[in-house]
Amino acid sequence: MIRLPSRRSILLGATGALGATVLGGCDRLGEMGWFKRTLATGEDANQFVQRLLLTERTLAPEYAEADISPFFKPNGTEDPPDKAYKALVKRKFAGFQLEVGGLVEKPFKISLADLRKLPARTQITRHDCVEGWSCIGKWTGVPLLELLQRAVLKPNARYIVFHCADTMDQGEPADAEATGGAEAPVANPNPNMTKKAAGADATQDTGDRSDEAPAEEAGTAEPVRFYESIDLVDAYHPQTILAYEMNGKTLPVAHGAPLRLRLERNLGYKQAKYVMRIEMVESFADIGEGKGGYWEDQGYAWYAGI
Amino acid sequence: MPRTYLTRSAPEVGETERRRWMFRHPLVIRIAHWVNALTLLVLLMSGLQIFNAHPALYWGKVSTFDTPLMSMASSEDDPPKGVTTVLGHAFDTTGFLGSSTGADGQPADRGFPSWLTLPSEQDLTGGRSWHFFFAWAFVLNGLAYLLYGVLSGQLRFRLIPSRDQIRHFGASIWEHLTLRFPQGNEAKRYNVIQKLTYVAVILVLLPVQVLAGLAMSPAMDAAAPFLLTMFGGRQSARTVHFIVANLLVLFVVVHVALVLLSGFWNNMRGMLTGWFVIERQVEPAPVTDRAGEAA
Repeated sequence: MIRLPSRRSILLGATGALGATVLGGCDRLGEMGWFKRTLATGEDANQFVQRLLLTERTLAPEYAEADISPFFKPNGTEDPPDKAYKALVKRKFAGFQLEVGGLVEKPFKISLADLRKLPARTQITRHDCVEGWSCIGKWTGVPLLELLQRAVLKPNARYIVFHCADTMDQGEPADAEATGGAEAPVANPNPNMTKKAAGADATQDTGDRSDEAPAEEAGTAEPVRFYESIDLVDAYHPQTILAYEMNGKTLPVAHGAPLRLRLERNLGYKQAKYVMRIEMVESFADIGEGKGGYWEDQGYAWYAGI
Repeated sequence: MPRTYLTRSAPEVGETERRRWMFRHPLVIRIAHWVNALTLLVLLMSGLQIFNAHPALYWGKVSTFDTPLMSMASSEDDPPKGVTTVLGHAFDTTGFLGSSTGADGQPADRGFPSWLTLPSEQDLTGGRSWHFFFAWAFVLNGLAYLLYGVLSGQLRFRLIPSRDQIRHFGASIWEHLTLRFPQGNEAKRYNVIQKLTYVAVILVLLPVQVLAGLAMSPAMDAAAPFLLTMFGGRQSARTVHFIVANLLVLFVVVHVALVLLSGFWNNMRGMLTGWFVIERQVEPAPVTDRAGEAA
């Protein structure tokens, strides 16, 4: 006798199949260009409304010494593998000079010692990662405004681009994706933004291993270094600083030595570490993949207020 | 807008008739209901995707990584086990939370499983895009509903219990527990438990959910610092956002169960076309009839 499936199992099966179809459909929809652009209007609306609500002077909340997180989670690159950077670390950034250029009347270079002589701001603020966690830290640095005033922006300067020392991708041919089919690239098991810079090994020992696996020689194409951009609204904000101290000590390598951007009304991924050069531009369309930053090129929104 | 539709009926018939048609849900409310259902589903699934980027919850201003309120992780075992820790107590949740089978059939290290997240693969930026777009749709839809509800009087008629309903609160609870649903005139309005539940969901849970979501935004915290005061910090707000999402899921489960139990087709017709059938008040009679009436 043929056993008919029970009504319950048919219903459950149908529900499951329908669910899987809808889910698969949503996944495919999410990969289509027009749908992606439609969804992105939500993030455009975030920017539009939040910019209406914030004045240029609206400060991010500042906290008390007692609120400082005993452990501040480093994220993104924690130890750039780049030879040139490692050489700077070895000399404790003695030879480091921040370059300020692009669409400015008076481009200049400035050493860390001279940066420390400029007016400084100290702020205890909360760092919010796009992944969801938060830490509170104390940052001391030079307001970006000070540097921009010295450089004197040209009238067509609209964005500030931060060029950083850390190599994110070696620029090797993307052979993994070419195979396709059954060997579709496995989803990154690590969902968050902790991206070990390419070629970095697990060791935190920066000094001794600088002669090994030089990043520049590993890839065939141009390596992609971290970069990020902000507009003048954020650049002129009083809490926007290039920090050289964290929690009262020299900024450690894991947190972006020698200089990291603090952009307090934004998520962590905007706060560029290992800043080497800042460049004023009219448009960032021809930098990187044209979205305004390393993470933006990976799909994250340029505006990171939420 | 005339308010007569609140009790608008098809050709007036006496109470002796067995069935009576009632126009229960105006178009705006029907549209708002389905848009709301869709946006909440997408917000839930894309929210779980975002949660998966850091599957742990904390209380207060910052993350205390060693002492989360709740966390999901996969163990070092082979195959890995999914471990969910709630207030220090660890539970084996292999296959569902912490570690579950991904689309490729391999065990994946993820908080919620792929069939509950949108997109199904681990994709924080995709999840955020879905979440923000549908958050705007949800908020605009909710505001339209509230505006219409207040101006038309529907909100008051639907959600605020009348004095007699409050007086018979105890009896109403008993009716609910025994799954006896109101008939006749009483079925024209929501009962007191329905009304209070809808008040809690529409006027408390959903607005709190929006505010807790906004409190996670560093820019909103600058513009409206009261958000942080309200929730006791960004990490608390994130935890509240998660708990309220769970309460909303619980609401939907009970809501759908009661829709099924109290006459699925009648309820669905009501929310799709507006027209709802009210059964004649029956004398306390043999219960055997109830099974047959759906046919």
